[in-house]
This record gives sequence, C-alpha cells and structure tokens, in this order.
Amino acid sequence: MAGGGKLRPCHVLRAAHFLYFTVNILTELFAFWQAQADKLGQQTLQHIGLTAASLLAGVVVGVPLGLLLTRRPRLAPWVLGGAGVLQTIPSIALLGFLIPVLGIGPGPAIVALFLYSLLPIVRNTLAGIQGVDGAVVDAARGLGLTDGQVLRRVELPLALPVLLAGIRTAAVINVGVATLAAYVAAGGLGEFIFGGIALNNPAMILAGAIPAAALALLFDGALAGLQHLRGRRLWAGRALLLALPLLAGLYLLPRAASKLLAGFSPEFVGRADGLPGLRQLYGLNPSSVVLAPALVYEAVRSGDVDLIDGYSTDGRIRAYDLRVLRDDQHAFPPYQAVPVVRRQALEAHPELAPALARLAGQLSDSVMTELNYRVDIRHETPRAVAHDFLRRRGLWRAPQPATGAVIRLGSKIFGEQYILAEMYAALIKGYTNLRVEAKTGLGGTSICADALRTGAIDLYPEYTGTGLLVVLQPPPAVLDSLGPDPVAVLAYVRREYRRRYNLEWLAPLGFNNTYALLMRRQQAEQLGIRTVSELSAHLR
Amino acid sequence: MPALEARNLTKHYGSRAAVQDVSFGVEAGQTLVLLGPSGCGKTTLLRMLNRLVEPDAGVVLVDGHDARSQPPELLRRGMGYVIQQVGLLPHYTVAENVAVVPQLLGHAPAAVAARTEELLRRLHLPPEQFAHQYPHQLSGGQQQRVGLARALAADPPIILLDEPFGALDPITRASIRREFRELPELRRKTMVLVTHDVAEAFELADQILLLDAGQVQQLGPPRELLLRPANNFVRRFFGADQLALQLRVLRLADVLDELPDANDFQTPSTTQSESNIIPSTASIHDTLEKFSHTPAPVSGEPTVWVQVSKSTLRPLTNATLMAAFGRALRRLKNV
Repeated sequence: MAGGGKLRPCHVLRAAHFLYFTVNILTELFAFWQAQADKLGQQTLQHIGLTAASLLAGVVVGVPLGLLLTRRPRLAPWVLGGAGVLQTIPSIALLGFLIPVLGIGPGPAIVALFLYSLLPIVRNTLAGIQGVDGAVVDAARGLGLTDGQVLRRVELPLALPVLLAGIRTAAVINVGVATLAAYVAAGGLGEFIFGGIALNNPAMILAGAIPAAALALLFDGALAGLQHLRGRRLWAGRALLLALPLLAGLYLLPRAASKLLAGFSPEFVGRADGLPGLRQLYGLNPSSVVLAPALVYEAVRSGDVDLIDGYSTDGRIRAYDLRVLRDDQHAFPPYQAVPVVRRQALEAHPELAPALARLAGQLSDSVMTELNYRVDIRHETPRAVAHDFLRRRGLWRAPQPATGAVIRLGSKIFGEQYILAEMYAALIKGYTNLRVEAKTGLGGTSICADALRTGAIDLYPEYTGTGLLVVLQPPPAVLDSLGPDPVAVLAYVRREYRRRYNLEWLAPLGFNNTYALLMRRQQAEQLGIRTVSELSAHLR
Repeated sequence: MPALEARNLTKHYGSRAAVQDVSFGVEAGQTLVLLGPSGCGKTTLLRMLNRLVEPDAGVVLVDGHDARSQPPELLRRGMGYVIQQVGLLPHYTVAENVAVVPQLLGHAPAAVAARTEELLRRLHLPPEQFAHQYPHQLSGGQQQRVGLARALAADPPIILLDEPFGALDPITRASIRREFRELPELRRKTMVLVTHDVAEAFELADQILLLDAGQVQQLGPPRELLLRPANNFVRRFFGADQLALQLRVLRLADVLDELPDANDFQTPSTTQSESNIIPSTASIHDTLEKFSHTPAPVSGEPTVWVQVSKSTLRPLTNATLMAAFGRALRRLKNV
C-alpha cells in the first residue's frame, strides 16, 4: 500500500458531506412518497397500463409481421429498415409528430410506445423463426404437418425464447419511454420525474425514477421467467397474451372524473406557489393530468382539457380566446416587470432615468398580452410592435443625434423581453443623445443578472418574483413574511439589490407576468367563472 | 402395377437442371436406391416423390394415382420420411416424436401409445428408459433409430430415406444398417433410399438408379450395373470398389458350375458340424468370411460345405472357390 491509502481529514469531510446529502434526499424521498401515496399508486398503475397496452399492440402487430417476413424474406430489409428508422426518432419528437394527429392523452403515448416496441419484436420473431433448425422443419413437413401445424407446433415453440427476448427488450424500452407519457397528459411515473426536473428537486425525480426502474426490472424478470419455462413453451406465449390485456386494463382503473378536467405543467403541479398554493388557499382540487408546458395551450384550445396553468401575458391567451381567471385571493406570487439598472449608469447619465420612466405604468396585463400576441403568434418583429405601441401612446420621438456614451441594453431570450428592450432603445434614442447597444437574447435569468452585476450590460427588464426567488433566494422565513403582496416584494428586492449589487429597480411597467389559471372564454362565460374563487365554488 | 412410379420428372433451379426426365417404378416391397455423386439431383428426386419439391414436369404415381390428387400433407402422412439430420422435434420427448404422425391421422391415444412402445422396443430403445427423454439426451445412433421409429409409426406402405445413415460414425453406421436390413417392419415396405455410398447401395438395393447431373445413367439390379455397365460413367463410378462389389454381388449358386469336378457330392451327415455348412444363396464375400472363421483340419485346407440341395452338399476350399469365381466372372461379362 502506498501513501494513497491514508485517510485525510478532507476525505472524511467529503464522505460525511456525501452521507449527509444522501440521507437528506432519502428522508425527503420517503416523506414525499408518504405524502403522495395515492398519486404514486395511480401513476404506477397508469405506467403499467401504458406499457402493457403498447406491448400488447406490439405483439399483436409485430409477431404476425415478423412471421410474414419469414415467408416473404424479400420484404425484410424494408420492414426492418422502416422499424429501425422509427426507433431512431427521438421519443419526444415522435410524440410531437403524433400530437397533431391524435391530440393529447393516452392515444399518442400508446402509439409512440407501440412504434418503439415494433423493431425488437419483429426482428426477434424473424430471427427466432429463421434460427429454427431447417432439418427439423423439413422433417416436420415431410411427416405431413400442414404449414399451419409446422408454424404452431414446430416453428413458434422453438422460436419462442428468441421471440420473448424481443418482447423483453421492447418491455424495458417501453417502461423507460413511458415516462414521457407525462408530457402528453397520459399520466405515469413521468409526472413526478418531470415535476422534479422542473423544480430541480432530486427527491421528487427519484420518487418517479425509482418505481420506474423497479417496474422495468419487474417486467424484465417476469418475461425472463416465461422465457426459461422448458417443455410446454407455447403456454408461456398464451400466458403473456392473457396477462397483457389485464395489465393494460389497469390504465383505465384510477381515473375519477370531475366536472372540469385540468391540464397542468409539471412545474406548476410541484411548486409551492403553484397548484399546492391554490389548493391551500382556495381549496381547489380539480381532477387533472400533467403535460408538457408547450402543450397546455393547445390542449385547452382543442378541448382536451378545460383548465390550464399559463402566464398571464402570454400571446396565446389572446390567440386562442382564453380567459385569465382573476387570482382574487393572491395565491400566485407577484411577478411585476421592472427595469433593473446599474447605479453607475443612472448617476453618470442623469437623463437616463426620466427617459426610462416614461414607460412606467403604461403596460397592463391585457396590453402586454396583445403585444406578445402580435410578436409570438402573428410574427411581427418586436421592433415594429414596440414602435407602433410608442406611437399610439404618444411616446414616440425620432432619434436624436447620438453623441454621448453607450448604454448597453440586455434582455432574456423570449418575445416579451425583446419587445421591452426595443421600447427602451427607442425611448433612450428619442429622449437622450446617448447611444444604445443591444445585447438581447441573453438566455436565462442568471445570465442576465450576472451580466448586469459585472457591467457587461447596463439594464434589462426583470420580474420581481424572479429577482426574489432566483437571484436573492432569501430564507423561507423572509418569503413567508413577504407573502403575495406585490408592494412588499418590490420593496424587498429593491432594498436588497441596492445593498448587495448596487443595482436599482425603477418603477414597475404595470403588468404582472405571473402564473395564471386559464379557461376557454366561451366555457368560462357559460359557467359564469371569472375568478379562481368562482372556479373553486363551481367544482365543489 | 408399381407401388410407386415416377414418369419423366424434371426440375430446374434457375437455368440449372437438377433432375432431367427421370422415370422409374418400384414394385411393392422392393427397395430402390438412388445412387450418385454429391449434387447429382438424387435428393431433389426423392423430395419430388412426397412433394416437398414440386416437379416442373412429369408425374408421380402412388398405387397408380397421381400424387397431386390429394393435398401434399395427406400424401406425406402415407409415406415415412427419414433424413440424414434426423430432424427430431427438440421440444418433444422421444415418445411424442414417434407419435406425431399417428396423432395427425387421429389414431386413438391408447393405440398410439402401444404402437410407440412396440416400435421403441423393436429398435432397441427400451421405452421405460427412452420414452421420456428429449432428443438432445440421445446419441446420434439413438436419434436415428427414433427417426426411423417415427417414420414407421403409422405403418405407411412407402418409406423415403435420404442418407439415413450418413451422419453416423462407421461402427454405428454398420450396426444400424444391419438392424435396418433385418427389421421385420421393413421387409414389407416399398422403399426409396438416397445414398452416395456404393457399399450401402449394394447391401440394401433391389434396384439401383445411378444418377449423374440430374440424368439417369443406368437403372437395374445391382449385379447388372456392375457386370454390364451401360456407359463409362457407370464403369468409372464402380471402378474403385469393383472387386469388393463383385464378391458381394455374386452368389455361390453363380459359381457352382465352374467348380472343377462334380464327384465329391455328399449327403449331409453328422461328420459336418452345422457351423461349416453354407447355403448356396450366400455371397462369395460371406463365404470367404466363413473360411477365415473355419479352423484348418489336420491335413489340408479349411473346407466349407455348400448346401446345393436339400440332400446334397459340395465341399469348397479357398482356392477352388476363387478359381471358380474368376471363371464365372468372365462368363457373366461375356453373355
């Protein structure tokens, strides 16, 4: 043993840290399972159901297809090639292709899983039959077995181990891919996993991933057991064909229907200020499915669900004729849009603050929604939309000769931020002789915040809730004391940004880009629902 | 009417003719051997008889009826089929393998079980030991016996055999072939057997059909092919084994007339032990074997006695036999 075997204090510390971390996560995990026991059970059953249903379809289609290929070997390269291509399509993309055709829900999930299971099943059926000793088949035919009898009594039983190995592969693949079903409102253990990813919560990810892995092992083990049954091999195949529909039936069991079906993104379901907050404050508990954030708007528009979570200024609210339910008891945190500026820039250029202030209070939720709609849905340029707005509000001024210093403008990488950046650029050019350099599309919050702190940019529009939770990250006690009060939150981030970073939050623009509950306007009007309280009353 | 007849059978694979215009008939209870070098078309020819291969032209007649007049499966159930690789169903026990055809024919389970047991016993596979074993637990010779039992299970009048002993080692091969020849079940069967082994053909055949490149070179009893070859191919084909085959083909009856003097006839008496009397139907080959097992008397050469008729025996020594064999050969070839 060389010196490397010595235990150093830093190793002990690291090991202790790791142990602490692990124990911590495990504690959280068990607490989570305990709290969500009913959901865990439901998701597990759904997961088994999805896997079994798709596997059944895979067997029912794949085995005959494989058998056909043994009789028509010329088709084999085409069919196997086609199935191989299907296999290479990333699962999330495959779901994306299927949604326009099949909508959301178990349909596209089962079809996607079915398509993935085809290749291993078809290939192994073919390989299994081709692997049967030619002499055995020849002798069987020579004895007077009909083609059907050769298939049933000789080829299938002898090919069964290889065939079952294919089904095993398909089953394990399907258990894994079925986690993605949570993106299309088909349920399954992916709901926890994607919620955990969205919330960066390892315990929640594990809460879904561990049962999913266990299911994969279970399917694998059960099929391996069938595979190694000697003697009466065909019984194994029959048992499988009997068991799969029963398991698939599990999917249908746990769905309880309520008057309205909600479709929520994973993050919303898991976040304390999302669905759990609503539940606590309003007693709201709609039956809901989980699906990908990108799909919720489509889902409510097409009527697959009636209620979704979204962002209060999203352009699709206007485009899809949705109604934002008013958060009358302030469950959602305030996310007021405010320009954040470096103090040095404000002090060096006193004309800057008044120019920026012209936009203060000018943008309500519905106005911002309208502007977003024009950019995101109608595909007008952010600049055209920004200038048009300024003109209508009488804020537009032609650019002055630019002689002064350079102000660097930042923005995050989505439409609303581009529009705001264009407005500020126009205001600075119109009301000062400062030059403007745009550094838009800077990615996420942390990149913009870092750029501002280091002086790479001088200002960008930020939201109070984001500044509070992502940048400042105060202890839970402080968050509790602030509550959902927009004024208190703004005051807190303003004070802390000044103290820590020497950055200034100016006056709010007026809109609040926060979580919102959305319904189709027509349905909401029919049911007379305008606020979350009214929704809650309706569901009760 | 032949029990099995082929008329002008022809089969092409692409542009290559595997079998060209082959005709033959096999009388009931006779054995026809399809003989020829590898790739001569003999297996294709055999497989056309039970329609595993459909001929491009020509017909197969079974008991005078066109083989195509019934579905191929039914035709095959009436013909035993034995192949070199045996092809036992690996997931069936020995007993289940043997019972396949009787079950297909819907025989009563009790009858099937009895028949299976009987056949296994007759083929030296005691059912109490072998019936419930799987093929992979058996030796090659045992597997081929099961294959034979399977072909015989439904007692079909016709048996087709494709190099049935080809995969066995020489010792097993010889012993199984002997069993095969002596099996009473097979005495009554009409058989067509494919082989490339000349000795095997001569041992088992009533008629030999010698094929080359898909064409019939000669069809006839073994001694005719040997003594009166129709062409150079036939002559060359048997060239290497000429003497050994002649010793097998010629019988004592063929050479008796060539023995030098006919005055030492004897009536059977107790002076000759049973062991050195030999029937005149024995081949020269077997008689020579006999000499090697017969102890020499105090003076002179070892002698065996040929049973010429019920009441007469003639003495034979090695030297007189070989001389007579040579003269008989010359006579037979010149006819």
